[in-house]
Amino acid sequence: MTEQLELDFNKIAKKLDISEKDIKLKRKFLEKFMKNGFPNKKQENWKFLDINQIIKKSIRNLSFYNDYSLPNKIDSSIFVDGLEHNKIIFINGRIEKIDFNYEDKNKIEISDEIEKKITFDNENSLIDLNNAFTNKAFKIVIKENYSLKKPLIIYHSTNEKTKSKNVNLRLDFDLEKNSSLRLIDFFTDKSAKNFSNILYSFNLKKDSILKNFKVDNFKNDNLKYSFNNIEQDSNSISETFILSAGSNFFKNEVNCNLNGEFSSAFVNGVFSLRENQQHEIRTTINHLVENTKSYQLIKSVLGKNSKAAYQGKIFVNSKAQKTDGYQLSKAILLDETSEFNVKPELEIYADDVKCSHGSASGSLNENSIFYLMSRGLSYKQSKELLINGFLLDVVEKITDSEIKNLIKNMIGLKE
Amino acid sequence: MDTRQKDIEKLKDYKYGFTTDIENIKAPKGLNEDTIKFISNIKKEPKWMLDFRLKAFERFKQLKEPNWQKPKYPKIDYQDLYYYSAPKSMKDKPKSLDELDPKLLETYNKLGIPLQEQARLNGIAVDAVFDSVSVATTFKGELTKHGIIFCSMSEAIQKHPELVKKYLGSVIPLTDHFFATLNSAVFTDGSFVYIPEGVRCPMELSTYFRINASETGQFERTLIVADKGSYVSYLEGCTAPMRDENQLHAANVELIALDDAEIKYSTVQNWYPGDENGKGGIYNFVTKRGLCKGKNSKISWTQVETGSAITWKYPSCILKGDNSIGEFYSIAITNNHQKADTGTKMIHLGKNTKSKIISKGISAGFSDMTYRGLVDIHSKAKNSSNYTQCDSLLMGNKCGAHTVPYIKNKNFDSNIAHEATTSKISEEQLHYCQQRGLNPEDAVGLIVNGFCKEVLQQLPMEFAVEAQKLVGISLEGSVG
Repeated sequence: MTEQLELDFNKIAKKLDISEKDIKLKRKFLEKFMKNGFPNKKQENWKFLDINQIIKKSIRNLSFYNDYSLPNKIDSSIFVDGLEHNKIIFINGRIEKIDFNYEDKNKIEISDEIEKKITFDNENSLIDLNNAFTNKAFKIVIKENYSLKKPLIIYHSTNEKTKSKNVNLRLDFDLEKNSSLRLIDFFTDKSAKNFSNILYSFNLKKDSILKNFKVDNFKNDNLKYSFNNIEQDSNSISETFILSAGSNFFKNEVNCNLNGEFSSAFVNGVFSLRENQQHEIRTTINHLVENTKSYQLIKSVLGKNSKAAYQGKIFVNSKAQKTDGYQLSKAILLDETSEFNVKPELEIYADDVKCSHGSASGSLNENSIFYLMSRGLSYKQSKELLINGFLLDVVEKITDSEIKNLIKNMIGLKE
Repeated sequence: MDTRQKDIEKLKDYKYGFTTDIENIKAPKGLNEDTIKFISNIKKEPKWMLDFRLKAFERFKQLKEPNWQKPKYPKIDYQDLYYYSAPKSMKDKPKSLDELDPKLLETYNKLGIPLQEQARLNGIAVDAVFDSVSVATTFKGELTKHGIIFCSMSEAIQKHPELVKKYLGSVIPLTDHFFATLNSAVFTDGSFVYIPEGVRCPMELSTYFRINASETGQFERTLIVADKGSYVSYLEGCTAPMRDENQLHAANVELIALDDAEIKYSTVQNWYPGDENGKGGIYNFVTKRGLCKGKNSKISWTQVETGSAITWKYPSCILKGDNSIGEFYSIAITNNHQKADTGTKMIHLGKNTKSKIISKGISAGFSDMTYRGLVDIHSKAKNSSNYTQCDSLLMGNKCGAHTVPYIKNKNFDSNIAHEATTSKISEEQLHYCQQRGLNPEDAVGLIVNGFCKEVLQQLPMEFAVEAQKLVGISLEGSVG
């Protein structure tokens, strides 16, 4: 693999329009990645799903080269109907279009600074990989007191060119004081067997609000990894919703630092897995100052041969008195071959806190099915009704009604 | 303050902190084949036992000390320890209590464990382990009547080799992990219990562990076998003198329950925890594992962990037999600079197996407490269920409480429920108690005892009273 990495890196370095210094920086990350390689199950964070094995099994020979110089054709059929929105379109890791037509242009600043500061969890070799191979990374700044009128949808799309390839992309967002952003990540894959590695970094200033929805709903056999780093100032709110259903492998990581008082973080997730899918959500919420709040709810429905894992950690610093942390995960296993692994973790160093977690897993309640069937529903219908009700609980947590309806329609949930 | 007074002050904190001045026979310092041969030789062990030890030692040489645990400790020099220490008077084993060194008798009297049978209030048979050897076992006659074997491990190797051979290492194999393998190589003594088919053990059996000698590691091995349809309740208590050095205690405990048998294992662990600055104390790295081998068998662990500088143990149940049940009740209290990383493993292999985990952690001072547990339901363990509850109580903001449960479910018929909370003693609760005339310390004691009640209820009567007092003492000085 080392040779392949070296080869592909040189090709990219030649094509990219960046300075010598930046290439050097990128090379540093490449060397770090080459030293550590892909994470494997010996690492605590990758204990349940071993990405090294998964890549070997489903892609075999992974290569890293992407030609970012040529534009790709945008297929407008992927656009979401029935919701006016701003767009960013990624195709094969290249930004094809940034469109803020509905917004005041003076209030949004887009820059493509290459110099990136990485202040978080640098022990993650996938982040090194991302840093080494990303194209220009854009930074989007939402100016003070501005709320985007319409949500922003980021389309993640790939085509045949990326078969057996790794695609890396990165976006940075700064939300200045009292601003707000609704962001939907929408995954539409037109190709097979690639591995995308997505890194977002959010910086939330005082009183700002971020709502991020990740929608992976279309069945495909690609692998995905996404890492969100969220820094929160006082009184800011972040809400992350993850619908994890389409890809063959998808691991979502959310690392949230509550740096300011009265800030709060919400993470809600749904796993709806069918045959052979392996998905994971890993969250780390760091309560670093007084009076912060976090809430997490993860629900999973697991079909044949599927495997889901949830690792959630609540960390409470000794200064962070009056912390309120809550975490709940529930799973329904539909088949003998499905598997659910959880590691809900509390690490607490302050005494005046309210922290709890709960986890439950089991099969569908036969009595409930009997109840519904005795009222005239078929077995299949009753099962669907129960599962929908189970998952609807998480979708109902979405605080934005427009997007809530959009997501409900997408996954066919009805009230 | 003169030294005598200081000593008295010290003793108030840890009343078992005295040393018995007694002549010892020790193995040469260091860990090598010769030490193992020395131990085996002095105990006049048969060849198969020596082979067992040497095989474990071979394996041990390839193993690395684990370091994933939360409490870190300075590296232990395994060559700088004595692996065997026994009172000299024990060289030729005394035939009866009358021949036992009076100094030993006095030690146990001081600890509140009189070895003379008539002195006991009610029937609890005791096996007393002093450093590396078992010094006395009481109520033997009464037990023999029922066909129960209760003796020291060394005696069992001599008298019941077929049972020992069959079961020793069957739950904790030679190759298990660093400390367990070390124990397999150098274990010195411990208790052996065999309950024959259909017998309900008429009294509580108990072992009292005492570390006396310095620079000595205590490696004892306990093996309890409950044959079909039998029942036994077993208690374990431990203390050690106060010393500035850290001492290692790495025991192995194996429980085997055959069809319809039940084993109840209770521990009140009160090793010397070190002084208030975190100097000294015992490293309690113990491997405890129970195997529910037969159908409808049950193993229940109850532990009250108040002592030790570092406690690192996970009493586990392997639920192999169909319909078997595993239970784990734990109170762990850490104060000053104590650290604990404890919990349990419930491995569900058989059908309709059930397990229940209740864990209560209390941390005060500068201490750190971790609950780490595993619930693993295998794909063949149809219709099994688990319930876990772990609560932590924090006193002050210098201490930490952590919960790290691992839950693996591979079976769609099975149900797992887990909940955990962390809280502190509320001002209202304290105020309420103080209003009714309790001083702050008593009030905290009362609230903490209420918090632990679910676990304390599981202990046998005599132990429960003791444990309740211990909970109070351990937290002294942590209020206000």
